[in-house]
Amino acid sequence: MPEPASTFGAGIDSIYYIILWITGAIFVLVETALIVFIIRYRHREGRVAAYSHGNKKAEIVWTVIPFILVLFIVYASNDIWLEVKRADQGGAAPADALPLRVVAKQFEWNVTYPGPDGELDTADDFVKRNQLHVPIGRAVRIDLGSEDVIHSFFLPDFRVKQDAVPGMTIPVWFEATRTGEFPLACAELCGLGHYRMRASLTVHEAADFDLWQSQEIAASGSPTGASEIDTERANEAEISEGEESA
Amino acid sequence: MSEAAAIHAHAPRPMEGIRVYNVKLGMWVFLLSEVMFFSGLIGAYIILRFANPEQWAAPGEVLNVTLTAFNTFMLICSSVTMVKAFAAIEHGDQAGLKRWLLATIVLGAAFVGIQVFEYIKLAEHGFVPMASQYAADGGGPLYGSTFYTMTGFHGAHVTIGVLCLIFTLVKALRGHYTEEYYSGVEIMGLYWHFVDLVWIILFTIVYLI
Amino acid sequence: MSTTQLLAPNVTAQHWADPSHPDDRPFIRRYIFSTDHKTIGNQFMFMSLFFLLVGGALAMMIRWQLGWPGQPMPGGGVLPETMAPGGILLPEFYNSLVTMHGTFMIFFAIMPLLVGMFGNWLIPLHVGASDMAFPRLNMMSFWSAVPAGFIMLASFVVEGGAAGAGWTAYPPLSAVPEYSGVSTGQQLWCVSLIILGFSSLMGAVNYITTIVNMRAPGMTWMRMPLPIWSLFITAILILLAIPILAGAAIMLLFDQTIGTTFFLPEAGGQPLLWQHLFWYFGHPEVYILILPAMGVASEVIANGSRKPIFGYPAMVGAIVAIAFLGWIVWGHHMFQSGMNPLLGSSFMLSTMIIAVPSAIKVFNWLGTIWRGDIHFHTPMLNALAFVGMFVIGGLSGVFMASTPVDIYIHDTYFIVAHLHYVLFGGSLFAIFAGIYFWFPKFFGRMLSPTLGKIHFALTFVFYNLVFFPMHNLGLGGMMRRIYDPNQYGFLEPLQPMNTFVSVFALALGVSQLVFFFNILWSLWRGEKAPENPWRSNSLEWSLASPPPHGNFEAMPAVYRGPYEYSYPGRGEDFWLQGEPPDGGAVHAPTGGAPVGEGVPQ
Repeated sequence: MPEPASTFGAGIDSIYYIILWITGAIFVLVETALIVFIIRYRHREGRVAAYSHGNKKAEIVWTVIPFILVLFIVYASNDIWLEVKRADQGGAAPADALPLRVVAKQFEWNVTYPGPDGELDTADDFVKRNQLHVPIGRAVRIDLGSEDVIHSFFLPDFRVKQDAVPGMTIPVWFEATRTGEFPLACAELCGLGHYRMRASLTVHEAADFDLWQSQEIAASGSPTGASEIDTERANEAEISEGEESA
Repeated sequence: MSEAAAIHAHAPRPMEGIRVYNVKLGMWVFLLSEVMFFSGLIGAYIILRFANPEQWAAPGEVLNVTLTAFNTFMLICSSVTMVKAFAAIEHGDQAGLKRWLLATIVLGAAFVGIQVFEYIKLAEHGFVPMASQYAADGGGPLYGSTFYTMTGFHGAHVTIGVLCLIFTLVKALRGHYTEEYYSGVEIMGLYWHFVDLVWIILFTIVYLI
Repeated sequence: MSTTQLLAPNVTAQHWADPSHPDDRPFIRRYIFSTDHKTIGNQFMFMSLFFLLVGGALAMMIRWQLGWPGQPMPGGGVLPETMAPGGILLPEFYNSLVTMHGTFMIFFAIMPLLVGMFGNWLIPLHVGASDMAFPRLNMMSFWSAVPAGFIMLASFVVEGGAAGAGWTAYPPLSAVPEYSGVSTGQQLWCVSLIILGFSSLMGAVNYITTIVNMRAPGMTWMRMPLPIWSLFITAILILLAIPILAGAAIMLLFDQTIGTTFFLPEAGGQPLLWQHLFWYFGHPEVYILILPAMGVASEVIANGSRKPIFGYPAMVGAIVAIAFLGWIVWGHHMFQSGMNPLLGSSFMLSTMIIAVPSAIKVFNWLGTIWRGDIHFHTPMLNALAFVGMFVIGGLSGVFMASTPVDIYIHDTYFIVAHLHYVLFGGSLFAIFAGIYFWFPKFFGRMLSPTLGKIHFALTFVFYNLVFFPMHNLGLGGMMRRIYDPNQYGFLEPLQPMNTFVSVFALALGVSQLVFFFNILWSLWRGEKAPENPWRSNSLEWSLASPPPHGNFEAMPAVYRGPYEYSYPGRGEDFWLQGEPPDGGAVHAPTGGAPVGEGVPQ
């Protein structure tokens, strides 16, 4: 697995390793027993098999132990699952999250950015195809939708995967912990071009993100003025700084 | 050695199964799977309707409840005649068997006939399953498509039932059934009552609610 | 009044085998439109093995593309331009390959082998009946599976090619031709599965009725061989699950053809509704594909260990528990589908709990071989491999059942590895075990043990070299069903591993030819099979190989459970279920002619 690049990535990996240890131990135990028994009790002249229909005590033991183990795994998994899905918040992303909209269609990802005002569905929104840019250290909320078939929004490094279903808007959130460029892949068979429905996710430092945003707006001839962007950027920088110190 | 004792304890005695003869058991088992089939359709209907309440017209606005209520009444009557046919052969009443089977066939066929008539009338008013051509005054395309799928599959079951009833009647006319041997009539009855029961549920959720 | 009168003909008036009367059925009634369960079992074997070959060939093409992306496939030039111009597979054809590989293997190979073949072979013989409860229905069951298979196969040559939306056929991709590029093929997929549903349903009605009503005197529920228990529970699952698939497939077909919108969002339909219906069928289906394999493996392991099965009641209980829990776990296929996360938590709990009865079964198999006297005949080797591989498949399932871990590995090669460990390592090894075990009984000839062991060794080694690395591919992030992983920079380092997998996949494919050769060769040249080559206990082993039409000469009687191996103080280490306690010949209960040992060859 690639090194996690999101806040909850490490948590997901930890439960993976817990399960790996538990199942690994069972695997070694069972397969060793199997091999030992196969060798130890192989047919030899004069060997007589034991006549036994079972042993209630042993059976109860190996019913109860797996039961306890799986309940433990459920308990450990559920904590992280609820944290990732923010079930205690009704699934909503953190309030100060940067809102983005990603709409999948055969075979591309269209990302709508809120622009300097930080709100979607306003005049300063702009759209980029197959390019997802986010700032580091700030939660990102993505309203995920699809225009045609079911796609799946997969960020391997961020341990994020969510199907994009036409007719539904599904919230996804994550917070990046590393800057750099990461792959965004489609994980659900979506037709002829499924295998090449890829995009990139770039994580910037907060200031670089604002710079990138203003460049994009300038390039596309945005209606908003440069000074406004600067104020906005300053505000955002403050917010993200505040977060980091908190 | 108690195990050994258990092994030797009894001389084998015949297994009684569940004291239902094969064909009847087979029919019950088959009807279980029919229950699952209609449950699947009804489940889908409920989910779609809850998600899109605006697509459903008020009861009676698009569908003709009076006509279908009459049709439902006929189908219930046909269940009664089916019971009569079974009761007749249980007592060896050959004439009664033929008479009541014929009555059941007539009622069943009339049900299908009225349903076809209803379909034609509805289609004329633009109530069709095709989403792109739906043009009825009330409701929306899902209303049409679920209506035709559910009532259509029920109608197909009635039609198959009528054909099987005709087959049963032909055998009855040839004196195939007797006071001792009437399993064919009994399983026909089971199927027919099942189809009747499904209709009562469908009539309630499709027409009345 | 009537019940007992009507009950009697079920059990007493069976058409038992009559040695004084030669089997004079004409060729067509005997071999083609036969109502004899043994012939129908054989027919299911040949049909399913044919589709196993088809599915295997499709897998070879998939592995070629993944091992050597974009390279012309050797011999691929024979494929038409619409599939592989110049031998280079097209992406749309690749989508059809993965779809049809899954469809053929699940619906036309594994399922009819386990349910159609073993069900027909074993149920009447194991319960002591002359045939199924409804022999003609049984014949229709087979003869509707055949056209279903060929409709599916024919979809490759129709305009637009075969279905390409995955074996799960998620709409809207599967419903709208503009999205998938496939129209007729996708409709034929629905039609074929609906017909196959009828076939399975007819089989299930037959199995349940036969097992409930046709058991010979003394064959109590707790004396039934485990394959019969597992097939009984499987038949109930089929009975209740298949109609759900049929209903969903019909709605999908309407969406495709007449323009309804059950699963299309434009007019309020719900894509997730299909997934719920499909997996409500689909998860019981998963157990349909493994329970009979568990039953067959139990039978072979007890026989190979010369020891009673460990904890028979727990084995039965585990089968019932798995089947029951199997109805409430379907949501674990949909953790990332947009379903409510809290629902995900409850599905995680039920899914994890279902691991417990599976664990019980594994430990009981270990308990069975413990202190045994293990004979490594070919069936036993395959059955032991089944246990070893099922453990891996079961444990890897725990990863996917954990919702947070599933976020990462869902729809990657990890799931591909998992499902092949269960379906190939589990089901198929048990199928091999069962075919090696019962082939002699139904064809009267032994399969070559030498070829059998070669086939086993090659399959076991290559199989693990193919599927174990797939776990790593999945953990590396490689999505399933992608035509060319090298489109992604982060998957490029995995290419050597993909090539490695493909090399051994091709070797695995080729080594299966040993098995097919063994069957064909042994049919004509194999050593003549004795009545009881494995010194086994259940009723069929007292009959000639193959048993005559009508099976037993008179109603058999059953005196003990099926796993009385190595009973202390007996000279033999096995004890036929039908052998009277006084040790005399196997008699009919009413003192009729002896059956079994006395049947002339």
